[in-house]
Amino acid sequence: MLDKTLVTRIFGPKGWLGLALFAAITLVLVPILNLVVPEDSAFHLSTYWVTLIGKIMCYAIVALAMDLVWGYTGILSLGHGIFFALGGYAMGMYLMRAIGREGNYQSDLPDFMVFLNWKELPWYWVGTDSFLYCMALVVLVPGILALIFGYFAFRSRIKGVYFSIITQALTFAAMLLFFRNETGFGGNNGFTDFKRILGFPIAAPETRVALFAITALFLIGFLLLGRFIVTSKLGRVLNAIRDAESRVMFSGYNPLPYKLFIWVLSAVICGIAGALFVPQVGIINPSEMSPANSIEIAIWTAVGGRATLVGPLIGAGLIAGVKSWFTVAFPEYWLYFLGLIFILVTLYLPRGVVGLINKERA
Amino acid sequence: MQRRNFIKASAMTAAMALAGFSASFAQAQETIKVGVLHSLSGTMAISETVLKDTVLMAIDEINAKGGVLGKKLEPVVVDPASNWPLFAEKARQLISKDKVAVTFGCWTSVSRKSVLPVYEELNSLLFYPVQYEGEELSKNVFYTGAAPNQQAIPAVEYLMSKDGGSAKRFVLLGTDYVYPRTTNKILRAFLHSKGVKDEDIIEEYTPFGHSDYQSIIAKIKKFSSEGKKTAVVSTINGDSNVPFYKELGNQGLKATDVPVVAFSVGEEELRGVDTKPLVGHLAAWNYFMSIKSPANTEFVKKWSDYAKAKNIPGHKDKPLTNDPMEATYIGIHMWAQAANKAKSVDTDKVIAAMAGQTFKAPGGFISTMDKENHHLHKPVFIGEIKADGQFNVVWKTKGPVVADPWSDYIAENKGKKNVPEKK
Amino acid sequence: MAMTRAARPLPALFADVLLCLALCLGMLGTAHAAIPKELILQLATGDSDEKIAAMGQIASSGDPAALPLLQAMADGRLQVLEEKQQVLLYNDAGEVTDAVTGAKLDPVPEGAEDITVNNRLRSALDGAMAALQLTAADTAVRLDAARNIKSSATPEMLPLIEKALQSEKDAAIRRLLLTTQASLQLSSDNVSTRLAAVKALAASGDSETKQLLLALLEKEGDTFKEPEAAVRAEAQKSIDDIDARLQMGEYAGMAFTGISLGSILLLAALGLAITYGLMGVINMAHGELIMIGAYATYLTQNLVRAYAPGLFEIYPLLAVPVSFMVAALVGVAMERLVIRHLYGRPLETLLATWGISLMLIQLVRSLFGAQNVPLENPAWLSGGVQVMSNLILPYNRIAIIVFAGLVVAGMALILTRTRLGLFVRAVTQNRNMASCVGVATPRVDTVAFGLGSGIAGLAGCALSQVGNVGPDLGQSYIIDSFMVVVLGGVGQLIGTVYAALGLGIINKLFEAQAGAVLAKIAVLVIIIVFIQKRPQGLFAVRGRFVEQ
Repeated sequence: MLDKTLVTRIFGPKGWLGLALFAAITLVLVPILNLVVPEDSAFHLSTYWVTLIGKIMCYAIVALAMDLVWGYTGILSLGHGIFFALGGYAMGMYLMRAIGREGNYQSDLPDFMVFLNWKELPWYWVGTDSFLYCMALVVLVPGILALIFGYFAFRSRIKGVYFSIITQALTFAAMLLFFRNETGFGGNNGFTDFKRILGFPIAAPETRVALFAITALFLIGFLLLGRFIVTSKLGRVLNAIRDAESRVMFSGYNPLPYKLFIWVLSAVICGIAGALFVPQVGIINPSEMSPANSIEIAIWTAVGGRATLVGPLIGAGLIAGVKSWFTVAFPEYWLYFLGLIFILVTLYLPRGVVGLINKERA
Repeated sequence: MQRRNFIKASAMTAAMALAGFSASFAQAQETIKVGVLHSLSGTMAISETVLKDTVLMAIDEINAKGGVLGKKLEPVVVDPASNWPLFAEKARQLISKDKVAVTFGCWTSVSRKSVLPVYEELNSLLFYPVQYEGEELSKNVFYTGAAPNQQAIPAVEYLMSKDGGSAKRFVLLGTDYVYPRTTNKILRAFLHSKGVKDEDIIEEYTPFGHSDYQSIIAKIKKFSSEGKKTAVVSTINGDSNVPFYKELGNQGLKATDVPVVAFSVGEEELRGVDTKPLVGHLAAWNYFMSIKSPANTEFVKKWSDYAKAKNIPGHKDKPLTNDPMEATYIGIHMWAQAANKAKSVDTDKVIAAMAGQTFKAPGGFISTMDKENHHLHKPVFIGEIKADGQFNVVWKTKGPVVADPWSDYIAENKGKKNVPEKK
Repeated sequence: MAMTRAARPLPALFADVLLCLALCLGMLGTAHAAIPKELILQLATGDSDEKIAAMGQIASSGDPAALPLLQAMADGRLQVLEEKQQVLLYNDAGEVTDAVTGAKLDPVPEGAEDITVNNRLRSALDGAMAALQLTAADTAVRLDAARNIKSSATPEMLPLIEKALQSEKDAAIRRLLLTTQASLQLSSDNVSTRLAAVKALAASGDSETKQLLLALLEKEGDTFKEPEAAVRAEAQKSIDDIDARLQMGEYAGMAFTGISLGSILLLAALGLAITYGLMGVINMAHGELIMIGAYATYLTQNLVRAYAPGLFEIYPLLAVPVSFMVAALVGVAMERLVIRHLYGRPLETLLATWGISLMLIQLVRSLFGAQNVPLENPAWLSGGVQVMSNLILPYNRIAIIVFAGLVVAGMALILTRTRLGLFVRAVTQNRNMASCVGVATPRVDTVAFGLGSGIAGLAGCALSQVGNVGPDLGQSYIIDSFMVVVLGGVGQLIGTVYAALGLGIINKLFEAQAGAVLAKIAVLVIIIVFIQKRPQGLFAVRGRFVEQ
């Protein structure tokens, strides 16, 4: 189904150049335009754009993670939002603790716990004042959940739509769980009103630009990692599983470890994206786990073009950008446009936006 | 070749973004921009859309009278789509890109909490028009809805009074999120102070969008059968009220047996319900459409005309006004008065001018902005549902009540002053 | 129509009978002067206590004008002009009379204020009116009165009740009156009367009685409210008796709520069982088809109200075909325009139908507004049938259970007994083979998708009678619907039925124990675990083939 040429072409010499250009823009140009260029200059890039593009890059990382499991391995998850949110919550826990006694109630505990009359931190909050521990949680919590869930699901050979539906059930159940105030994650309001990260004030332009650049670095890193995986032998087995899992089994491979590996990796990448997302937008709450959000992740990937690595990034950027623009320009009608885009892309661009570009070139 | 692909794709995004960017700059500078940050899609659209129209109506009205500081107001409407991170993004956009002087917006507490850091960081103004749980006080926000002591506590006092049925046992029923939880926490402390014991109070919560209230109603029935007069205090959120009330009516739980007093049920929520079986159940608000006062008659008429003129679906056939609409309306007029008084739309100057600002509210009282705590002094009304979906005011406070955002019934608030902290 | 008659809600019946009564009384001549003016003024202008006292006196006067007066007050048809000491009574036709003299007032004096009634007054009014009606000629009126008086009786009414008991022949009414009498006798000074009353109350199975008995056992300071130990012991026994009966009602109620929730899940999922289960289209717009069915019902209601008000009582029945057709047409259009091009690419139908769903939601929002639209239940779908003292089965829920059964039966018939059903099964099982033997597969696809969509529309019609109708209606059912179909086994109608009912009952069992939020989470976890055990759902298609 997939022509290898597409992948190799995207990572041909020109592709590397594009990547370098992207790195230069995000790591050098944006910081300069935002921090150095004075505000009244026409070339000044406002903080609004920095946070907006930073947010979209987080989405792009998630779309990339989705592409690894869906595009390359054929496992459609409709519950990737849960991994994203868990990573975000892990980061959020650190940020909440970093507020210290500056909250409304001047307590060592986060405000919402004071409010619930809790006298001490619940066990799962212990140690979250350490940045490193929380970063470990960002990786481990989504990773371990994915490992357990994936192990049982893949062992029972749940696949196709069944898998999609139970991942949806998983994220829906988690959303309801996190909505509860007693669960200990701030209920519906989630975490917000962060003050600082690693001692730096979170609203300072320098902090924002630093977070932006770190996000860009992660994006580039994951893109390279993805490229390494899909062009390796492992990537070929994954492709084979996607195209004909039974035949892979008949040829003597056990698909379980392959699927499990890519599934857990994808979840971890999502978790990291969530952790990058939270300090930039300043809020994490259970609605990130809503099934609709997870469907949207699949849509970014599909619009951009599955199994292309770069496509999902463009898809995420396009849809999130279009949404940002439409909700202002046509607040009453934007859903028509968005809906129409989904339909047209599915009907006429089965390989997504990247497929379109590629077809022209071919 | 590949680079061109890349450029092409990014150019598309950039072009779209630029189009939006330049469009917002094309406007002439003689206007004062006013942000409208209400969800027009997603789960909250059901409640918030009408507030957007209320703001637009009030802006038309102010412009017709010459605007503010001699300039016309220009609304900038955005749709945060019931998505909380999007609220923060749109707020930043309104303030730093569109340069709005003030924003009217938000409904849920989480959306307000999401945008709050943005307003504080960029020192801009937000008017928040919905009743909420308190426990917050920002210098950049004016809260024109009710704090718990301006709605919940008077309502429960009424239930405990002889005319309210001398209730002795209470079911605190709500949707599982912060506003009901906080309100119920305050109410529990209040009830304790009135000598109601814990065994005479139950709290029940349902998920968002819950639509099957059979078990809950069975539970209420059982609880009420265990002795003493029982009343239900409902903080069920917007949409779930219809199935709740339908079930209530069908299960034959009459207001004379177990009255239900609701804090989130107004004229708009009852639009979708057959109210005949619900006659006598209660709601507590600071405004009802049925209030008889010249100011309200005028307000209702204005809204009806506006809805017809603008062809607003639903309202053009059956115009309804409600409490958050009144709060929005008061808010924007007070802001305009304050800006005129301050001779500027500068945030700090307007904040200073807002203190003590008064406005003849549709509710029939003179609403006063507190000198310090950014909340309105509001009267409290208790209304009984009538067969036509309107409310019959059965009780009201003697005069406006001063808001107490840091409720005294919450132990942690000891020593907190109702004044925004200097940041 | 017999059902309609029997199922009319009590208040409506009540009002009709009252109207007759009032007319009769009017013909008999005016006897208004019989109620003293002071009493009427006290009723109109006193504080709540005074008003209630006035009600009691007016009721015990037994004056024929008393009932219309009290009824007018309950309906909010009384006004008072304080300075003129005049009370105005509006009748149903909008004519105004002076409540004291009975004289017609034309023109209507200005400046009169409504006399508002709150819950306390309403409850007292109910009692007072019921007392007056205990001796009415119509058995149904007396039954209602006996029911009403039970919850609002005051000791002053005891003589009235005893009088009514002397002449009452109807067993059901007698039973109610005896209970009421016993509950009033609980405060008697005579120990043996109290003892007898407590014993009599054991026969009643309702919770109000239990409250009365519990009150006896309460302590006031060091002494019990009921000084006599023997009476207290008897009261405890009676309470236990009542408790046992209440417990039964509770279990029955729980079973009913489970089945009711199950029937709603079933209806919501049935359409999807065809479009997704049989045809493999991951139809994310399924919820919106349900919503369209609900809006079609709303439009039918409005049309009927505007052009054929006489048929209003049966508008839900008229809405059934309408909602089916409208949703089916939308479904056919969807299939023709979009889905047709995506067969064999199931995951992509997800994307396209998600887009369709967004557009449909926004379309409805633009047309009807973001707020809910009002749907009125006809009388035969409001209220419920009292099965036990603490168990009322709402008519609308019963109707939905029956309706769900009918739809399942209809669907099963279509799929197994008709040519269309045969074709649908053939195409879904082996498209190429079916095509080879001459089945026009494209047409079958269209019709099958239309059928599934139409059934979703039927679900919307039914759901409009229990929940709200707004643009987001579908969103709340889409996830549950997929869960049900997948749990039941894709392509298995019977599986869908079992899954829906099973989930409904399990959900309600948990809810009684752990609350609604945890119950919902538990059900989702059960689904996840269950799919691990049976990856193909409850009823897997058996066969030797490699799934791909």
